[in-house]
Amino acid sequence: MKPSPFAYAKPADLAEALRLKADHGDDGTFIAGGQSLVATLNMRLSSPDILIDIGGVTELSGIEVSDGSVRIGALTRHRDLEDSPDIKTHAPLIAEAIAQVAHPAIRNRGTMGGSIAFADPAAELPACILALDGAIEIAGPDGRRKVAAGNFFKGLYDTDLGTGEMITAVEFAADSDDWRTGFDELARRHGDYAMAGLAARLRMDGDSIAEARLVYFAVGDKPMLATGAGGELAGKPLSAETIEAAAASLDSDLEPFDDLHSSAAMKLHLARELTRRVLTKIAGGAQ
Amino acid sequence: MSNRITITAQVNGETVTRDVEPRQSLVDFLRENLELTGSHVGCEHGVCGACTVRMNGEIVRGCLTLAVQADGAEVETVEGLSDTGEIADLQDAFLRLNAIQCGFCSPGMLITAAELLDRNPAPDRTQIREFIAGNYCRCTGYQTIVDAIEAVAKERRG
Ligand SMILES: Cc1cc2nc3c(=O)[nH]c(=O)nc-3n(C[C@H](O)[C@H](O)[C@H](O)COP(=O)(O)OP(=O)(O)OC[C@H]3O[C@@H](n4cnc5c(N)ncnc54)[C@H](O)[C@@H]3O)c2cc1C
Ligand code: FES
Ligand code: FES
Repeated sequence: MKPSPFAYAKPADLAEALRLKADHGDDGTFIAGGQSLVATLNMRLSSPDILIDIGGVTELSGIEVSDGSVRIGALTRHRDLEDSPDIKTHAPLIAEAIAQVAHPAIRNRGTMGGSIAFADPAAELPACILALDGAIEIAGPDGRRKVAAGNFFKGLYDTDLGTGEMITAVEFAADSDDWRTGFDELARRHGDYAMAGLAARLRMDGDSIAEARLVYFAVGDKPMLATGAGGELAGKPLSAETIEAAAASLDSDLEPFDDLHSSAAMKLHLARELTRRVLTKIAGGAQ
Repeated sequence: MSNRITITAQVNGETVTRDVEPRQSLVDFLRENLELTGSHVGCEHGVCGACTVRMNGEIVRGCLTLAVQADGAEVETVEGLSDTGEIADLQDAFLRLNAIQCGFCSPGMLITAAELLDRNPAPDRTQIREFIAGNYCRCTGYQTIVDAIEAVAKERRG
């Protein structure tokens, strides 16, 4: 299908982008990579009066590492994350996840900011940013603010972004040597949205786990931090028994619902299996 | 429409300037305004890969890119890549090894394969499969496409 008509503006900088958005309110929509938005326009699921193309706001691009923290500009493309040595070193979780995000042609245009703002419950990057305990940096008519990822994702395609606001970057601490990370997902075809996925980070204190952040995606209305399973692991070594205990406690952490491809029971089964696979792999790598 | 926008792009090495509607996709622009019908239109929501073209040296979905976003860009289609001979060996291998049947997927498949070999001159079969996973082929069953790409990778390495 073809989209209904809209006007188009390409602001040169952030101030102009925010001003255009303020002028048009809910009738104006930001477009970054367009890899989710244009599909919804083509299907006429949305019909804004004007697209505000932030592709020219170059100040929003780029990956910076300084003082132990990583900052990824909203316009940074999936492809840039894939090719970045800094991401490989300081955020191996994202390096591992990014190859599972869509397909090469889509990664060449899709952006971090678009993925976070779109907040698809099956998307990899929101889950990674939550596992990294990151923050979302937002600019709006009232200036800038930061929101913890844990408070940003509200529900199905729903976030803390207000009308007139824009994501400018995401930020998180670079992984120190005591963190172990693992990522896996089950999808019907490589590059498709997952049926279930897990982004996991464990902070080790010698042989025992000091802290576990297990974030499941595509099993709820937003990325889910499994606090019960994390609690099962804390203070214990990573062994077959503790892994099994973590997998078992997902019953109370997750409340999946049926979707087109799988029932809630199947999603829970897949989440448990991913727990075993990812944690067993981390345990193997740690030896 | 009153809100047409003038864009200038390099398409297959030639500078073109046209007025476009903001809602027109890049692939429709190429096909309808420039009569470059080698790029195909299938799903129009990013899933099938038939519309794959190159923009500023990288593959993109022609159906998820707006023509206005190609303003100032360099665009290459299967016509251009055929004329320069850049993908001649891939085209030859696709024919030789039966990787083409109806041909609907082929332009997108060839351009995607070209980017793969550019980024990874020695892909294994799994890597080939993963890279072309975003391009549907309804005819061949993919085996022969993987064969053809693998063969060209070997030939290019000599
Ligand atoms: C076939 C297909 C398969 C895909 N598979 C996956 C997958 O497996 N996993 C996955 O994660 N994604 C997948 N995607 C989506 C892809 O990753 C998108 O690139 C991403 O979701 C959105 O990024 P974008 O830059 O293209 O955003 P756009 O499409 O430009 O925008 C998406 C939404 O975010 C808003 N927005 C964009 N940038 C900002 C900003 N800086 N501040 C505020 N709002 C903003 C827009 O207004 C719009 O509402 C797939 C897409 C396709 C077409
Ligand atoms: S027509 Fe563009 S991906 Fe199908
Ligand atoms: S040859 Fe017919 S779709 Fe691929």
